[in-house]
Amino acid sequence: MSLAHDARVTVRPATMAQRPARAWPEVNNPAAWIVAVILLIMPLIANSFFLIEIFATTLILGTIALSLMFLAGYGGMVSLMQLTIAGFSAYMVAVFGVSANTNISLGWPWWLAVPMALTLATAFGTLGGALAVRTEGIYTIMITLAIGAAFYYFTNQNWAIFNGHTGINTVATPHFWGVNWRADIPFYYVVLAVAAFCYFAVEYLSRAPFGLALQGVRDNPRRMAALGFNVNAHRVAAYAFASFVAALAGVLQVWNYRQISPGSVSVGACIDILIIAVVGGITRPIGPFIGALIFVLLRTFALDFLVRLGLDGNRFRLLIGLGFLAIVFWSSDGVIGLWQRWRQRQGLNAPSSRGGRRHG
Amino acid sequence: MSKCSVGLIALSGLLLSSAAFAQEKIKVGVTATLEGTYTVLGEDGMRGHQTALNVLGKKVGDKELEFIVASTDATPDSAVRAVRKLIEQDKVQILLSPLSGDEGIAVKNFAKTHPELTFINAASGAQETTYVDPAPNFFRYNMDGAQWQVGLGKYAYDEKKYRKIATVGEDYSFIYTQVFGLVLEFCGAGGQVTNRQWVPLGTKDFASVIAALPDDVDAIYLGLGGADAVNFLNQYQQAGGKAHLMGGSIMIDQTILSSKGNAKNALIGTIAASGQADTWEDPGWQKFVKAYQDAFPPNKRFPSPSLLATNYYDSTMALILALRQVNGDLSNNQAKFREALAKIELDAPNGKIKLDSNRQAIGTNFVTEVVDDGKGALFSKVVKVIPNVNQTLGYDPAVFSKIGLPSRTVPECKKY
Repeated sequence: MSLAHDARVTVRPATMAQRPARAWPEVNNPAAWIVAVILLIMPLIANSFFLIEIFATTLILGTIALSLMFLAGYGGMVSLMQLTIAGFSAYMVAVFGVSANTNISLGWPWWLAVPMALTLATAFGTLGGALAVRTEGIYTIMITLAIGAAFYYFTNQNWAIFNGHTGINTVATPHFWGVNWRADIPFYYVVLAVAAFCYFAVEYLSRAPFGLALQGVRDNPRRMAALGFNVNAHRVAAYAFASFVAALAGVLQVWNYRQISPGSVSVGACIDILIIAVVGGITRPIGPFIGALIFVLLRTFALDFLVRLGLDGNRFRLLIGLGFLAIVFWSSDGVIGLWQRWRQRQGLNAPSSRGGRRHG
Repeated sequence: MSKCSVGLIALSGLLLSSAAFAQEKIKVGVTATLEGTYTVLGEDGMRGHQTALNVLGKKVGDKELEFIVASTDATPDSAVRAVRKLIEQDKVQILLSPLSGDEGIAVKNFAKTHPELTFINAASGAQETTYVDPAPNFFRYNMDGAQWQVGLGKYAYDEKKYRKIATVGEDYSFIYTQVFGLVLEFCGAGGQVTNRQWVPLGTKDFASVIAALPDDVDAIYLGLGGADAVNFLNQYQQAGGKAHLMGGSIMIDQTILSSKGNAKNALIGTIAASGQADTWEDPGWQKFVKAYQDAFPPNKRFPSPSLLATNYYDSTMALILALRQVNGDLSNNQAKFREALAKIELDAPNGKIKLDSNRQAIGTNFVTEVVDDGKGALFSKVVKVIPNVNQTLGYDPAVFSKIGLPSRTVPECKKY
């Protein structure tokens, strides 16, 4: 209890600082417009590797971490199963849709398979949430981690639906209106649109009555109950929404790699999502995307970087770990916190919601 | 604002600099398992690759080969991610990938989305990779897991007089393929496989597995590799296990035989089968062992190359020799290069290798027994050499296809 309580206390000031304006904070923020324009014209400046492997992957991981940020930042519930929900949704796309494993895949067209996957994954996440809301703080973490670990081992050993360690290969991607939606540029825009949709949905919800009540539940559940709010129902609803966001990202993930296997839903990968959210900062929706960008850049280039310095490339995990340690050490609320403090020192009081730092 | 625009310019500069540039080099991407359970295997694979470069050189006509390495962890998703990075960021034209079974299945499927590039399998040995729906641009110069078990079942039945065995294996495609090969032959000779246990890749605690091993069997077959195999042996020895052992191709291999500690001594006398034997007297093999030993100081290598080193050596050799045949000509979607790859007959250190119509190796297999060299180092000693092992293991293709694909329960223990 005490652990969770402390965590919530540290979260509070930053969220409150962001709240005074009821309008969209992005509208008056030039940095946000610049980032939006850069993201829109990205296919003009980036080659296909950067477009998909860096930016689309960032947006997908960022969206999964966004669902964690929503739960942790606004609901005070740290859920480690967000990646599991995304993975479940990805598996469902592969199972109901078309893939090379014809003995498993049912071969539905994508417009049937995807809603089915989203529904099932949201239901899965809501159920998990309904279990988890009975607990607080570290126990929530444990339960959700247990769900994640159980799902990983289940996929690893179940051959009838999940095809074990091999996973499901060559998952079909949508083709319609004469466009191959998995070609680099269309796919990038699909990912961008979904990520933007989720981002603004979270932003909107955080100001809507539901979001405000949720933050009330986070700050003082007993008082909210006394005021007549159904605390658990609010929390379960938050899980349902977060599961839907994670499920959307899961669909994009399976389209991105065209395959899904247990490695993608491993416990390590679940923790990666937590790292992304913490490094970016869980006080605002933009945090997870910044965290994801740092994570993807480190993961992709740490090996090359070490080799270029003439060091043993095998130690690249160390570099990744050190990077995260440094960020968390200097700023307990992630990169967002660093940025905010820097702004304050510059004497700029207007808080920015989407930092131009993203590409700095 | 000005900071933002500076950042933008820096960013676009970064992005553009990695775009296309004129090249006199042929870029080859290599993946190996440099993380996770199979790290040791990946590292020795890279040593084999380096040995091949030392022996054959990096020049093809007036062009130079450039190799770019990416790391995986034996999961299919890590392999696809690594291969994509090599293709999209590093712009490689040829892939030497991957190392592990399920990685192979995923990369083969991925290869179909890049028909303009050529993929040479580095070491992976799942049957499905080249047997089911093979990719036209995917070539495999090592045998699959089932081929690597040829000879073991008969030897165990006829010479060792084993009648009933149980198996313990890692729960994924390569080990299924190995057990497939073993069961077909052992049950075909009249033996019985009473129990098959499967453990997830990366298992650390084998207590329950060891407790569940049956007592009424003549031998236990171990299909484990890397850290899993060492963990199993340690715990098996501590539990006082004394059964006769039989080993899979990455179990009885220098990656395990030269591990630290005493646990490996449980393996002395173990029979196994693999695509190589450490003490084979063939001059080609001896020359390769010498080149491997000369290339690295003794503390940075195994006493003798592992199966992975040999596989990486062979695939690198096929790559370089075929490129030289066409003088580095990769035009027309690498058509000439692929033709050369399909036709090439390798005089590899572990026997002659040629490809079948699925671009799968037909090669030589070895039945071995683990011996102590008197100084505490363990080696696999040849007891039988079997040339010309093909993917259907000598069965008629129609009969073979009825057996089904390797899985936890396939094949049944009977004579096909």
